[in-house]
Amino acid sequence: MKALVSVKRVVDYNVRIQVKSDGSGVVTDGVKHSMNPFDEIAMEEAVRLKEKGKITEIIAVTIGGAKGEETLRTALAFGADRAIHIKDDGEIQPLTAAKALAAAMKKEDAKVLLCGKQAIDDDANQTAQMVASLLDIAQATFASKVEIDGDKATVVREVDAGLETLEVDLPAVISADLRLNEPRYLKLPDIMKAKKKPIETVSLGDLGVTLAAGLKTTKTAPPPSRSKGVMVKTVDELVDALKAKGLL
Amino acid sequence: MSVERDVMEYDVVIVGAGPAGLSAACRVKQLAAAAGAEISVCVVEKGSEVGAHILSGAVFEPRALNELFPDWKEKGAPLKTPVKRDDIYFFTSAEKGFKMPGLFVPKTMHNEGNYIISLANLCRWLGQQAEDLGCEIYPGFAAQTAIIEDGVVKGITVGDMGVNREGEHKPDFAPGMELRAKYTIFAEGCRGHLGKQLIAQYGLDKNADPQHYGIGLKEIWTVDPSKFEPGLVVHGAGWPLDLVGTSALGGSFLYHLEDNTVYVGLIVDLSYSNPYLSPFDEFQRFKQHPVIRQYLEGGTRVAYGARAICKGGLNSMPELAFPGGVLAGCDLGTMNFAKIKGSHTAMKSGMIAAEAITEALIAGADGSVKLDSYASKFKASWLYDELYRSRNFGPVMHKFGSLIGGAINWIEQNIFGGKFPWTFHDLKPDYKTLKPAAESQKIEYPKPDGKISFDKLSSVFLSSTNHEEDQPVHLVLKDPSIPISKNLPMYDEPAQRYCPAGVYEVVGEAGDKRFQINAQNCVHCKTCDIKDPAQNINWIAPEGGGGPNYANM
Ligand SMILES: Cc1cc2nc3c(=O)[nH]c(=O)nc-3n(C[C@H](O)[C@H](O)[C@H](O)COP(=O)(O)OP(=O)(O)OC[C@H]3O[C@@H](n4cnc5c(N)ncnc54)[C@H](O)[C@@H]3O)c2cc1C
Ligand SMILES: Cc1cc2nc3c(=O)[nH]c(=O)nc-3n(C[C@H](O)[C@H](O)[C@H](O)COP(=O)(O)OP(=O)(O)OC[C@H]3O[C@@H](n4cnc5c(N)ncnc54)[C@H](O)[C@@H]3O)c2cc1C
Ligand code: SF4
Repeated sequence: MKALVSVKRVVDYNVRIQVKSDGSGVVTDGVKHSMNPFDEIAMEEAVRLKEKGKITEIIAVTIGGAKGEETLRTALAFGADRAIHIKDDGEIQPLTAAKALAAAMKKEDAKVLLCGKQAIDDDANQTAQMVASLLDIAQATFASKVEIDGDKATVVREVDAGLETLEVDLPAVISADLRLNEPRYLKLPDIMKAKKKPIETVSLGDLGVTLAAGLKTTKTAPPPSRSKGVMVKTVDELVDALKAKGLL
Repeated sequence: MSVERDVMEYDVVIVGAGPAGLSAACRVKQLAAAAGAEISVCVVEKGSEVGAHILSGAVFEPRALNELFPDWKEKGAPLKTPVKRDDIYFFTSAEKGFKMPGLFVPKTMHNEGNYIISLANLCRWLGQQAEDLGCEIYPGFAAQTAIIEDGVVKGITVGDMGVNREGEHKPDFAPGMELRAKYTIFAEGCRGHLGKQLIAQYGLDKNADPQHYGIGLKEIWTVDPSKFEPGLVVHGAGWPLDLVGTSALGGSFLYHLEDNTVYVGLIVDLSYSNPYLSPFDEFQRFKQHPVIRQYLEGGTRVAYGARAICKGGLNSMPELAFPGGVLAGCDLGTMNFAKIKGSHTAMKSGMIAAEAITEALIAGADGSVKLDSYASKFKASWLYDELYRSRNFGPVMHKFGSLIGGAINWIEQNIFGGKFPWTFHDLKPDYKTLKPAAESQKIEYPKPDGKISFDKLSSVFLSSTNHEEDQPVHLVLKDPSIPISKNLPMYDEPAQRYCPAGVYEVVGEAGDKRFQINAQNCVHCKTCDIKDPAQNINWIAPEGGGGPNYANM
């Protein structure tokens, strides 16, 4: 059984985001990028499922410009068997990504798409859901535990009230939450081997997808700077201060 | 604890993806291709990506780059802002200063034809070129030890991953690989931790003066467009450091790049004598000088970082080679301090090393004998000539101070063309220059205003520094009792102040003091390893990928 894992190249989570002075977006030039942390979790889960013999082949997919290759190499070092680079230099919005991933699922006849619950750059939290509906297959989002048994998957989801357990028929889309697992360290020998694994490059057009721009970013602004805090010495003072602000 | 390590063999292994290491990597591949030879090159870099640990000024002299990639413009090298104007100030007090008339500017400080760049971005570009030429580059992996067998360096061992604070293996323990090579190029930059060991082990510095250092602190600002002058370079000497005296020397810089971006920095010589001096606080108050403040007011600070520089020049340079390996760039000490430029010299030294190594490999050498051709090629190059002309700058400054030393340097550079018939030496290492606290005056630094000047912690935050928390402390005290038993009474433990990242703290009540090391804040500047008066702090590479994440430094 084949699994597809989508991996997105995003500004690294250690980087302090800086908004461009004209408000057109954030500074990405010279800024460190890495694999979306939730995609690392999805990747790790795929590798564990393969180690358990539940899936047989892992195919990593990214959609974007030339630099996306670095992200695919990381996925290959994690343990993907091969990778597909859907190359396009344009702005990839969630619907475009979803259509491309849906097309890749069909092309590969994969039984499961593992992805992150959201990408930490746009925080859109849409792609997984849209792929599922484009393919008209089941979805299990925000997974904190995944088990696969034959043509069914059991997924524990974190919801506001606690945990919810779902059983879904495969093929399905599963999106990873923070606590699904802790991704392993990449080992240097694996990174070296990853350089030799195959990456297939295709265009959006090859998959019958056109670059759509349904969304337009009108403004990007940094959060307002925080006003200075007040130091309080005792709990009473704290309570008084909160009361004075009308918070208690 | 012995562990099973994977081994890979290369012809050339390079430690450090800075200008020296990457230029060497590119050069080996270019020369090998020209000769129709297959030479494998592997570069390891402790930063999480190429450029993440690179901090420089930088006014860049393109001489070495022109030689390495004559078509760098077409290839899109990030040299975008030519220097347009060059101002030099002597600051006489917190309020006053005067601009040096152009006539008196020493030739070494002329910057026509140079560019204001982010050296980190140039390294990212060089890294791309090196990969395109077929080099393998592995960021996120630090060289932890040199493999030495029968007196010959055979490569390096990469640091282990997944070791906890107590030194035990965590479940995800991954032993570091052995990267073996015929020749290993050590290009770790200033005060490389392996370079330091190799210099000691092979006695490479036995005929050299002690190396001298400075700590450079730098911030990136986005300034008000009305105050922005792309291509403007402002250098300064004097306040807040000494102009006439010699107890605290250094210089400052302010460069205008593109997109309203301004770099501002202060370099403090680590030969300073007052243990109460804090380079970080000197830098913060320096920015309040009207000449500097006028540009920063109304702007925002976007990044902060610090890095030591080697300023001893030719007099302090150790031998270049040893069996199986060579030193290059600031690991060797190729910085030209009279120009405050070390990038083009680092690149050139890497290129010369590459030429020597490639020739030897093509001739069938296996690396077991010392590569003498590196030193002879170096001596015949423009790099040697350039460093020779500047050899007196540091010692003269240390002896006479910025103003008089500056005058002597002007005479040497402009009248003698850098070739004074005599050489000055400076034989006192920087760790020996501190006066006891009892004989020194406490320095009251002004409180940061949160607009132009800031505190240490909010600054370190802007370096995006990150280390895995549960790992052995990478700042190793040879004798853990010294900070409290000796350094505290004698020097009021200067580590509290010279560390630009607030790593060292003395905590607890009188009689029950403890020395605390907040290793996860470390920005890898190496100052502690240099300045500790007891030479008790040994900086070793932490788990790969840890440290600052500089963007456009
Ligand atoms: C890559 C990544 C992506 C993430 N994305 C998301 C996301 O999309 N959505 C999401 O919800 N989370 C997300 N998280 C998790 C979230 O960012 C962190 O849990 C959160 O930022 C932790 O905040 P903190 O530093 O305040 O945490 P903590 O330090 O654990 O503090 C938690 C709270 O405890 C209180 N507290 C802590 N110390 C003190 C103190 N000394 N005095 C008084 N009060 C105190 C404060 O109220 C504080 O907010 C993500 C994490 C990662 C690594
Ligand atoms: C504040 C400041 C201002 C400066 N201004 C200028 C200027 O205007 N113009 C100019 O030309 N020069 C300037 N310099 C000097 C210039 O930056 C250096 O001379 C130059 O960077 C040296 O290059 P390098 O390759 O030898 O070392 P570095 O640039 O220091 O690079 C060394 C690399 O090796 C890596 N490394 C180190 N140890 C290990 C290890 N054990 N394992 C793996 N990787 C490792 C480091 O992370 C780093 O990436 C300035 C320096 C400073 C600090
Ligand atoms: S601990 Fe040492 S190397 Fe690290 S930031 Fe402080 S002085 Fe620099």
